Amino acid sequence: MIVSDFRVDRIQFEKASGWTIKPEGACREDQCVPLRGAGAGESFDVRPVARVLGMAIVEDPATGLSAIGPHTSGRALSSAALPPIRLPEWRGGTFALDSLRGSKVLLLAWASW
Amino acid sequence: MAMDTGGWDAARPFLEAAHPSHPALIDQEHSLDSLLGIVNVPSGVWIDEAGTIVRPPEPAFARPFAETMPQVVAAVADYVSEVASLPGVLEAARNLPIGPGRRVDPDRYYAALLDWIRKGPASPYALSPSEVIERSRPMSADVSAAAAHFELAQHLHRHGMSETAAAHFEEAIRMQPENWTYKCQAWACMNPGSEPTEGYNRAWLEAVNKIGIENYYERLEL
Repeated sequence: MIVSDFRVDRIQFEKASGWTIKPEGACREDQCVPLRGAGAGESFDVRPVARVLGMAIVEDPATGLSAIGPHTSGRALSSAALPPIRLPEWRGGTFALDSLRGSKVLLLAWASW
Repeated sequence: MAMDTGGWDAARPFLEAAHPSHPALIDQEHSLDSLLGIVNVPSGVWIDEAGTIVRPPEPAFARPFAETMPQVVAAVADYVSEVASLPGVLEAARNLPIGPGRRVDPDRYYAALLDWIRKGPASPYALSPSEVIERSRPMSADVSAAAAHFELAQHLHRHGMSETAAAHFEEAIRMQPENWTYKCQAWACMNPGSEPTEGYNRAWLEAVNKIGIENYYERLEL
């Protein structure tokens, strides 16, 4: 998540991070992390929320841009449930991997390099 | 799924050659590196009918060995012949730890995949949820920082700020050294060209020689 200002919109944060801010805290799938007052309101300082969620904050002083890294929980996968993945598809549009429910899927990552 | 900062421009030649009938996606932001724990390509993730991961990312040459390695070596030989390349690149490709009894055994992976397709959850290769989580890559503060540096680097690179981007690419590589998708993508961005370049080959060979080509892929544990 790239930001030019640490004050972010709640919707922007939720869309970029995959975490939803609720009264009980930041929630994703079946996990909720108490925020102890951080993340309140329609816009908030993302830094205390990032700290609670173990998200690295990297700043680039030359451009004034910062990047918020992903949540750290010890393992890349905290659940075996496939997280929501929507990516552009070769034939056009965006493809949601969960549209393949009902089929076995081999997701194969490759690259031109 | 192509992991390419260059987007469809980078992936198009391969997709046009392959004419895939399956969904062909692009992860231009490399978001699945941290989301799923992908660190090299090709990597495979198995997902069952209910949307549950039954095998987390691992080296996945999903074709029998007799088809795989000749293609890999031929592809490397093709571009090595076009570039005033460094000695050692083709030899390194030939020594990739791919083959019967090697770190990555495409025949065993192919057989395991077919077994799972036929038997579903009864296949011994379908892991339990706790095994999937345990086998997924460690996610530390450094890995989160590496992802943040990489995202910033890509953003800056796309906006023409290549020197600033390079510093963040280097930090991403330093903070998650086992992530070859970050390395290779960074070198591709820093050595632009539609064909492999000497700069890219030099960086790849140097990094590979540091760890030994036999360690280029993590061991496939079936």
